Formats: sequence, C-alpha cells, structure tokens
Amino acid sequence: MDLSAINPALLIASLMVAATPILFAAIGELIAEKAGVLNLGVEGMMIIGAVAGFAVAVESGSPLLGFAAAAAAGAAFSMLFVIMTQLALANQVASGLALTLFGLGLSALLGQSYVGIKPPKLDTFDIPILSEIPGIGPALFSHDIVLYFGIALTFVIWSGLKYSRAGLVLRAVGENHDAAHALGYKVMRIRILAILFGGACAGLGGAYISLIRVPQWTQGMTAGIGWIALALVVFSSWKPLRTLLGAYLFGGITVLQLNFQAAGVAIPVEYLAMSPYLITILVLVILSADKSGAPAALGRNFHASR
Amino acid sequence: MSTTALLNLDGLTKAYPGVVANDNVTLSIGAGEIHALLGENGAGKSTLVKMIYGLVQPDTGTMTLRGAAYHPNEPREARKNGVAMVFQHFSLFDALNVSENIALGMENPPTMRDLASKIKSVSQTYGLPLDPYRTVGTLSAGERQRVEIIRCLLQDPKLLIMDEPTSVLTPQEVEILFQTLRKLKSEGTSILYISHKLEEIRSLCDHATILRLGKNVGECIPAQTSARDMAELMVGTALTPPERTQRDLGPTLLQTFDLSTPAPSAFGTALKSINISVKRGEILGIGGVAGNGQDELLSVLCGETTVAAEKISFAAIPVGAMCPNARRELGLLTAPEERLGHAAAPDMSLTENALLTGAIREGLENRGFLKWTAAKSFAEKIITAFDVRTPGPDSSARSLSGGNLQKFVIGREVLQRPKALVVNQPTWGVDAAAAAAIRQSLLDLATQGAAIICISQDLDELMEISDSFSALNEGRLSTPQPVHDLTVETIGLMMGGAATDAALQNQEATV
Repeated sequence: MDLSAINPALLIASLMVAATPILFAAIGELIAEKAGVLNLGVEGMMIIGAVAGFAVAVESGSPLLGFAAAAAAGAAFSMLFVIMTQLALANQVASGLALTLFGLGLSALLGQSYVGIKPPKLDTFDIPILSEIPGIGPALFSHDIVLYFGIALTFVIWSGLKYSRAGLVLRAVGENHDAAHALGYKVMRIRILAILFGGACAGLGGAYISLIRVPQWTQGMTAGIGWIALALVVFSSWKPLRTLLGAYLFGGITVLQLNFQAAGVAIPVEYLAMSPYLITILVLVILSADKSGAPAALGRNFHASR
Repeated sequence: MSTTALLNLDGLTKAYPGVVANDNVTLSIGAGEIHALLGENGAGKSTLVKMIYGLVQPDTGTMTLRGAAYHPNEPREARKNGVAMVFQHFSLFDALNVSENIALGMENPPTMRDLASKIKSVSQTYGLPLDPYRTVGTLSAGERQRVEIIRCLLQDPKLLIMDEPTSVLTPQEVEILFQTLRKLKSEGTSILYISHKLEEIRSLCDHATILRLGKNVGECIPAQTSARDMAELMVGTALTPPERTQRDLGPTLLQTFDLSTPAPSAFGTALKSINISVKRGEILGIGGVAGNGQDELLSVLCGETTVAAEKISFAAIPVGAMCPNARRELGLLTAPEERLGHAAAPDMSLTENALLTGAIREGLENRGFLKWTAAKSFAEKIITAFDVRTPGPDSSARSLSGGNLQKFVIGREVLQRPKALVVNQPTWGVDAAAAAAIRQSLLDLATQGAAIICISQDLDELMEISDSFSALNEGRLSTPQPVHDLTVETIGLMMGGAATDAALQNQEATV
C-alpha cells in the first residue's frame, strides 16, 4: 500500500472532471422536475448526447461544436418524451423508461463506426493569475471551459429559481398546474421548455463523458450516470447547490476509491466500488432531513379541460 | 339601473360537447355595483365568469367593457383591463409563500420586498391581516382567501369576480369579507358575486341575475325579493320546504358520557366532557363556529378516533373502542365535512367510493372479494335517488362538482338504512334545491326511526330540521335545548359559549 502515490492536485482535478457529467444531467433534470415533469429518460438522453457530440467533434474536428451538437441532440431526443407525455398525455414513468432503453439502443447503432477513434482534444482554459497559484492552480483553475460552464450554470439556475419571475412561474407550474393554468400561465409550454432544457443538459453531460472524461466512444458508456443524476435530484431536495455538492461528492469518492484501488489499500475492491453510492446517498439523506419536499405536481399530467 | 354600465354581456353562448353551458346570456354590470349571479350547480355560472376572465372563449356573443369591445383571450388580458377573479377552489400554491403567490397573479410585480410591504399596507387598509412570508400551506381557509383577495386588490381592479367566496368561511370570516366588499364598492369597484346562499345575496348585493340551465331567466333586486322567490327562479319550479311530520321519539339510541379527547394536532380542538343523548327519530342539531371541535366530534363518533369503550354507547352497546367498520356494522354511520379526500377518494370511481363505506351494510363483498355488479347498482341507486348529475358510476369522484359530490356522499350513507347517522355540514356548497332534498332525506330518515346528529354552521338549516339544538364552543357542548322555544339571543349565547347552564336558565326565565 502506497498512499503517497496519490497526488492531491491531480485527485482534485480529476474529481471535478468526474463530477461534471453528473452535474449537467442532474441540473437539467432538476429543472424538469421543478416544472412537475418526472423524466426517467436521463440516461438515454445522455448517451444520445455522448454519441452525437463524439461524432460531430470527430467529423468537424471541433470539440465545442461537438458539445453544441450534443446539447441539440439531447433536446431533440427529449422531444420524444414531450410528444409522449405532454401531447399524448402518456404516463411519465413508462415514457421515461422507454426513452432510456431506446436511447441506449439507438446510440449503439449510430456509434458503430466511431468505436476505437480518438476525439479531438478540447484545450484547457487556464484562468489568468488563479491558475498560476502553485498546487491549487492546476487543480482548480486549469480545466476546460465546459466544466466551468457547468458550475456557472448551476449558480445561474439557483439564483434564477430563487429570485427571478421565470423561476417562480416554473416552480408554480410544478407545484399546482391547475392553479397556474387558472392564473393564465401556459403550463404545457413551460413544461415542454423545461423538458427540452433537461434534454440539452443531459446531452452536454453525455458528451462530457465521451469527449473529455474517457475520451472515446464505447457502447453503453454512460454506465448508469443518468440514474445517479436522477437520484441526486431527489436526495438534494430539488436544490441546485446541493446537487452541485452531491455531484462533487460522488465524483470525488469515485476518483478517490479508484486511487485507493490503484494504491492497493487493504479494503476489498467491491466495498470501494460501492462506496461512492453509499456515501453520497448517506450524506444527502442527512442533508435532506429538512421539510422541503418534492414539487407537488411531480409526475402528474396536465390537461386543461379537467 | 341608475349607475352607468361597466360591463355588458350580449348574447354570450358557449357549448361543450353534449351540453350548452351558456345560451345567449345577456347582462349588464353597473359601476360600483355588487351584482349577484345566482343559479344551481351546473347552471353555467362558472363558465360565464370564465369567459369574462378570459379562461374560456365564447362561441358567439360580445362583451363591452367601459364602452370598448372586450374579448380577452387569456386571463392576463383580463387583468390588464382591470378584471380580477377570486376562485372557488383557491388557485394557490401551497409550497410558496404569500408574497410569491401574490406575485404570480400580478402582471408586473414589484420586487419581493416592495411587494411584501404593499401586501401589509393593503391588508391593513381592508382589515385582512396577513403575513407576507408565511407559507400558504399553513394558512386556514379564510386566510387563503385573503391571499386571493389581496392578490386582486393589488391590481386595483375595476371588476372583481368572486366565485362562491363564502362556501369555506366561518360566519365571522364572512362578516369580515362583506365589510371588505362594501368598502370596495364604496370606492367604486364593481363586484360580480356568485353564490347560492340567498340570504347573503339579499344582504350584500344590489342586483341579481339568475341563470338556469345556461339561460338568463330573470333579474331582481335582492333586497326587495324574498329568498323563496329567488330560489324558485333558480330551480324553475315551486320549492317545497322540507316537511316535518310529527314524530314520536323512541328510546335513547346514541349516547356519550363525559367524552373528552385531547387535541389531535396543534391546530385541533380538544373535546371537553361532551354528553350527547339522541333518541330514535330525533334530530339533534349542533351549531357553532367552525374550528370549535366539529371535526373532532365527528371523528370520535365515527370511530376514526377511538376512546374508552364505555364512553360512547350505541343501542346499549359500548362502542367507544370500535373502529368505523364495526360501528357501521351496528348501524352507526357518518358523513364527514370534507368531501374530497375524507368522505370520498378523489381519483376513485363512484362505484369504488360506494364500496368504501357501503361494503358492510350493503353486502358488497364476499369473503374479501368484491361484488362489482352489486356495488355498481348501489352506486347507480344513489345517483338516481339523489339526482347526482354525472355521466355514470364510473366517473371519478373528483370530476363531480362540489354539490353533486355532496349529494352522493350523503346519499351513500342515507341509503344504507342507518340506525343513527352523524353528518357534518351536509349541505355545504350545495344549491337550494339539492339542499332541500338532502334535508328532506334526513327528515325522512328520522321519521323512519333513525337517530340523527347534524353538525352544521348553517343556523337556518338547523332550525329547519332539528328537534333540539346545542352548540360547540372550544370543544364544549352546551346543554341541548328544544328548537321550538329557542330565541336568537339564546342561540347567540350558546354559540358564544357564554352560556353556562345557569345563565341559560336565567335567559329562558326572562324570555
């Protein structure tokens, strides 16, 4: 056992990378759920984003174009969910599961010719001055721009939900769609936008796995990250900043346990492998002991005539 | 009309598949007038105001607001034109606080801090105290309505639409509301007031339009028209007040002995040594302001709250420790006040709801298996006997209007041939004709020898049907008095709780 082989700066840097896909997916799902939509298709939208982003980045040579394509593909794929749940008023749980299964299959088909290729690399964006601090600099301030965008997006969503009119309307729709409708808010339009936003975020998260974290394309490479993101939204009591904390906690422990495994710590690998799930859930359960609950209309379909 | 018209409706028609909700309705609301819109459940009142508020678009017909054509496509447009609405089922968001709820109903809300101080000042001006930072889920029905009213007032409306505003309020809250509405009227705001409580309309409204089956069937000045005439216009036929046949009271059937229970929650009321005794064929009316132990009393008689067995006796059997089903089996039935969620499961069909309380006495189950055919025909029997307007027994309870569901809930118990029936607010939110039918069914039941306890906040109702009257005040029940020699003063004293038995005796001696 040699713990000195673990480099703290490298550890922090890689935990931020590991956390980002979860963060994107979770923050997107949080918006959808705040609007009262339970979309279990996060995993499917992520992997569609992963393959679309990978393909476009390889073909165009531009990783940023890849990310843009991933967001668009995720949103387009979530349009299926919109049609099923908002227009055809199908059950949200079943539709979401269908989306995940369909996405996994479709992405495997689309990605066949991209197996084994290396994607173009996204340059790191060194934040001036801060990135030159020894130790902390390379760990925190020398990442790619998409990672910073994820963190910034979380704060924007946090303040938007809390302070903006649009955020209030979104919460109102998720809380009581009948009342929101009676006050003249377009429940369906707001929900569709929230679902599309969730899809775009999940797509970004997926592309972050295939373009930066791994980086390559393999079938089924999201490996349950979408489900973790879904659970994270619940355990973080629908609060963006807790979602950020949860994502980093999960990413951190994942990376740490991999380092432990590499260093040959005398804990069975199985325990190490389950530790990110256990610890993240434990911490968030303790945090969510307050009274704040789910959006009251979560998972309920709305039809104006009733 | 002496005042100039604020809003004119001309020939408004709105048809839904299978039903014409409004048929060529024409009416006019003057400036600074309180205009009542009267009608039975399903007469088309709600559809009409939804058209004024822009939630529904008329098929044909025009509206003119202050002389200009007015056809709102959405509530936002209506609000911009100075039309505001307080909904029957409040359009509030439980998890949000008062300020946020109010901001959602405004076009250009100020910042939260300004809004909060504005809410405070408006609520003081109109005597509607309200804390802007309370979460709405923790407010009482009256306070929730205040939120809705203040939401409307902050937009300085020219026309305020109120859809059955008093159906969930206590008498004091109604009084406060009326003061607010009169103050608004004196400031020049017109109010369109929907209700079927005729006495309220007579005391509050300047003018009334009566709708029946979607048509405007007449107008009147409420203060100069008797409640009975208005009711007959609403129903379209002469109303027969419930008949009281002379009944012989039998032996005592249902009794409680010094029944006390602790308050079920921080907002509940503790019951304090309640002694009730009801004979066969007797109707005991229990009045009092809401929140003085009505729900707790029903719950303890029903069996939702159990007490020591000997505290309640039914047909000489101690039943205090029995659960509701065991009591039902004996013939002690109850119908609670809250229709959706307590008396009926909102998302279950009427057949299923009929099963829920009827399974035992109507024999709708066979060793744990349900008899669907029998349950369905029981539900159909209730629907026919109580004139419940619904497409059929497969409709969900939630899809029924409040009055119709109330008829179903009461009918379900009455048709189970109870030996004793306890009802709480049996005609809450029910129109005049249906209320009369429900009261008649209670009277018929008593004539057949059932003991009935009717808990209600409608004093007229209690005077109409009960044989004896007592009042709940802070969990204490006053000594029952025969209804025929009660005076308004005595009732007031009983409800206020000032009446110790001695004081009551004195009062009676002097009367």
